[in-house]
Amino acid sequence: MLDFVQQLVSGVALGCVYGLIALGFVLVYKATEVVNFAQGDLMMLGGFFAFTFIGMLGLNYWVGFAGAVAAMALFGMLAERVVVRPILGYPQFSIIMATIGLGYFLRSVAGMIWGTDDFKIDTPFSQGVLRIGALVLAYDKLSVIAATVILCTLLWLFFNKTMLGTAMRASSENMLAAYYMGIPVKRVVSIVWAISAAVATCAGVLLAPITFIHSNVGLVLGLKAFPAAVLGGFGSIPGAVVGGVLIGVIESMAGFYLVEGWKDVAPYIVLLAVLLLKPEGLFGRHVRKKV
Amino acid sequence: MRFLFKTDYEDDIKLFPHSGYFVSYGLLLAVLLIAPYVLSSYLMSQLVFVCIYATVGVALLILTGFTGQASLGHAAFLAIGAYTAAYLQKYGVPFPVYFLAAGLLTGLIGALVGFPALRLQGIYLVIATISFAFIVEEILARWESVTNGNEGMRIKAVALFGVTVSRDSPTFYFLCLALLVLTIVGTLNLLRSPTGRAFVAIRDSETAARSMGVNVALYKVKSFAISAAITGFAGVLFAHKLSFISPEMFTLQLSIEFIIVILIGGTFSLHGAVLGAIFIVMIDPFLTYLKDDMPGIIAGIAAMFGAGTQGAANIQSKVAAFASLNGLKGAIYGIIIVLFVLFEPLGLYGRWLKIKLFFQLFPLYKRATFKRQKIYVKSERNR
Repeated sequence: MLDFVQQLVSGVALGCVYGLIALGFVLVYKATEVVNFAQGDLMMLGGFFAFTFIGMLGLNYWVGFAGAVAAMALFGMLAERVVVRPILGYPQFSIIMATIGLGYFLRSVAGMIWGTDDFKIDTPFSQGVLRIGALVLAYDKLSVIAATVILCTLLWLFFNKTMLGTAMRASSENMLAAYYMGIPVKRVVSIVWAISAAVATCAGVLLAPITFIHSNVGLVLGLKAFPAAVLGGFGSIPGAVVGGVLIGVIESMAGFYLVEGWKDVAPYIVLLAVLLLKPEGLFGRHVRKKV
Repeated sequence: MRFLFKTDYEDDIKLFPHSGYFVSYGLLLAVLLIAPYVLSSYLMSQLVFVCIYATVGVALLILTGFTGQASLGHAAFLAIGAYTAAYLQKYGVPFPVYFLAAGLLTGLIGALVGFPALRLQGIYLVIATISFAFIVEEILARWESVTNGNEGMRIKAVALFGVTVSRDSPTFYFLCLALLVLTIVGTLNLLRSPTGRAFVAIRDSETAARSMGVNVALYKVKSFAISAAITGFAGVLFAHKLSFISPEMFTLQLSIEFIIVILIGGTFSLHGAVLGAIFIVMIDPFLTYLKDDMPGIIAGIAAMFGAGTQGAANIQSKVAAFASLNGLKGAIYGIIIVLFVLFEPLGLYGRWLKIKLFFQLFPLYKRATFKRQKIYVKSERNR
């Protein structure tokens, strides 16, 4: 029973990381109907920025964290301006390919700048564990869970309660109509990319003590975040986090109770099953096709 | 300039619309046939890979270019073809039999993948095919009694009618070329048949196709099956060419490379698959060549502009250090993809058509002929 709870908690922590990356997918998808295959690489880059600020320049953890988030938000806007805006409104496939290309580029450049070693950031949560009875919870994992809950709540409020959030939802429903209503669609898209890069950076920094940072971490985790986003319905902010947690728990349980090999494929088997049985995901709305 | 007058449907669907085609394709075929006796063995080997990649490119074009169903899982189909061949060869099955068996099995699996894909569109389909490829990769690594796991499998040379065809011999190249030519001709025939027309109708508008009486589900599954089967055939030759296969050869990376083949070549015509394959296979030797020779050239240019001997040598060593940086290749890959998507969405074949039209119309060519229409997307969620 204790093993089970321990696995559950570490699965939830891992799942929160997937959830945070999936949040980035969902944000961009919600506002532009574009899927950003470079999301994981943005996370990797954010982690490297934070490592540069904290580990190499010796800044305070929180200052470095904020600096990395701000720098990555600017970088997200830049990436959107250069890669996505010229083809905004063209078939989805083009944009998917462009973001795959962007991901390739970021991975290689990060490898060229920071090398291919694993890096670690010293955080205030790196040491120490919380003991509840016989249960041992590491602070770094708890920090991921807490940050995910906070970010998810903030973003949900942002999308549903603020004017800018409503404008984002409008421009995703129908870009042309949003233009007519006076929404500056281009600026909206730019802001969404900034936010999603910032969220990715949070994921990258929180992840640093758990999985370390290396130039391929984005690819590995980004591909795990897809099942999370699909499970949650791809358009729903709470859905992304719930999907991420489910995937994390499934992965961690499969790794513990099933023979070797299941751990890596279990998320994808679940994904295919969900796509077959309930393609709109757990939290997605089912909408009939109109002609 | 030549004007073609089409008076009936038969004229419209001719494979060779006018005699010029016989001349140009005849010349091309002749060049390809004498190639093995002229080119170096390294270039021949690259040419074999061009044939294999182009075959997969054509398969992917049927699915993605003409039926509009994106797939990032074609490496898995290639793997299934390759492993079927390797497994059957171990039990002494002759080449023609396991070649056909590999294609059929891959086609069958492709159809099975097609069924769940019926309900999926756009990004969901991409993700589903990625998942399928991951699962196949994991099965190949774990099903050790059949696939030999991560240790991989060796494949003996092709034995065709009692003759052993080594993987570097001209005969093997002709085998690959024959598969490519047969695939292209078969696909051209398919595309002018009712089946091909149905594929294109589904790509352009599923709803419109359905209301015209096209059985969308049936044709999507057909498209998946045909595309997978061709990829399976290519997989057999791929395995023979490498003579050793292991699961880590058939990763997402390879699937992305196949997509890049058709993206760079151009997704609207079969020419694109061939041009894209040439590009993808030849970029490696080209980059190596640049890496070896570029520093010297740049230093030479610097010396020409008055840099001293010391300065030129300095520049040469710096450029050489940059060129041998780890991961430069990936960065160049990424830039190429982005640049093609942004500036040359019709691919290399589109560029060729533009250049051709420029000279045909000489002073009258205008850029707007090929301009993309901007589409303002409506939510796919409501589609």
